[in-house]
Amino acid sequence: MANLTVSVVSAEQEVWSGEARQVVAKTLIGEIGILAGHEPVLAILAAGNVRITQPDGGVVTAVAEDGFLSVDHDVVTVVARNASLIASDEKSRH
Amino acid sequence: MGAQLRIYRQKIRSAQTTKKITKAMELIAASRIQKAQQRVAASGPYSRAVTRAVSAVATYSNAKHILTTEPEKVERAAILIFSSDRGLAGAFNANVLREAGELEARLRAEGKDVVHYLFGRKAIAYFNFRKRKVEDSWFGSTDNPDPDIAHEIGQALVARFIQPASEGGVDEIHIVYNRFISMLTQEPEVVRLLPLEVVEEAEPVGEHIALPLYEFEPEEAGVLDALLPVYIESRIFNAMLQSAASKHAATQKAMKSASDNADKLITDYTRLSNNARQAEITQQISEIVGGADALSSAK
Repeated sequence: MANLTVSVVSAEQEVWSGEARQVVAKTLIGEIGILAGHEPVLAILAAGNVRITQPDGGVVTAVAEDGFLSVDHDVVTVVARNASLIASDEKSRH
Repeated sequence: MGAQLRIYRQKIRSAQTTKKITKAMELIAASRIQKAQQRVAASGPYSRAVTRAVSAVATYSNAKHILTTEPEKVERAAILIFSSDRGLAGAFNANVLREAGELEARLRAEGKDVVHYLFGRKAIAYFNFRKRKVEDSWFGSTDNPDPDIAHEIGQALVARFIQPASEGGVDEIHIVYNRFISMLTQEPEVVRLLPLEVVEEAEPVGEHIALPLYEFEPEEAGVLDALLPVYIESRIFNAMLQSAASKHAATQKAMKSASDNADKLITDYTRLSNNARQAEITQQISEIVGGADALSSAK
């Protein structure tokens, strides 16, 4: 299956970027899950975490309050002024 | 020791101490430029992402929004000036203030009222000295900009912009800052922030010729409401970072020429003091010779 190219950016720097299988985020009107081939979306994020599932099954969780998420041609960008990572579970990374 | 010689030595010493200081400042500025440039580069992905999102909304939706529509009549315009907290940076602050003055004259000629917002102590001092009215000002972090201050400024400006003109709101917001072009060149630049002129980045469309339909969550107007302040903020933060990098580059240049001038002064005064010393010795010799002559002829 095709992968998504994900980047998480804060005002000061790029926090995380890489390939992912799935991105789950909470927007103002509910949770949204994104897989490859999703239609272009521009969504405002609500308080909550963004979960990024990597191709190897590891999960990266990011805090992106007051931010937004854009999807365009399998490129997902999570943007928030104070974006940061909580923990990146890379145990199954080869 | 002759009086003249002592004065020259004093001047040499004073030029030497000044040179030590300017040399140190030059080195400090040089090391800070690196960091400031890295911050400009590091904030690139954020401002690119925000710009792309805003232009996506502007392109794929036809929602009318106060932040993007041109008002019929512009009564009042705000100018936000980015200066530095400290001087000793050559023409850095003078340039940006001159540019802002020209912009103000231009706006007034178009029949608009102008209000000022200031960032940095130098601009504040400039306005206070001339007893000119300032709407709001921020200072204290021009060397190392803080995104929270950009957030604060952004909110203040957007709030003022949303206010109707009859209640003192503004219809246009301009920013004036020094853009960092290279270590040698920094140019003052004027940008109209609001109403928005979304400058679409020349992105290669590639194979995706059919433009996709964007889905907005929540609806378009809501997305614009949330996105535009973020965009304004990112533009302001970017201007702050550029201005900081320019300031360090300008300081380095100014301090380098100050050190060079001190060097030149030291050389000049050393020559003069050598002359004075030589003249003194010559005079003493001729006095001794003259004295000896007088004694021998008196015998």
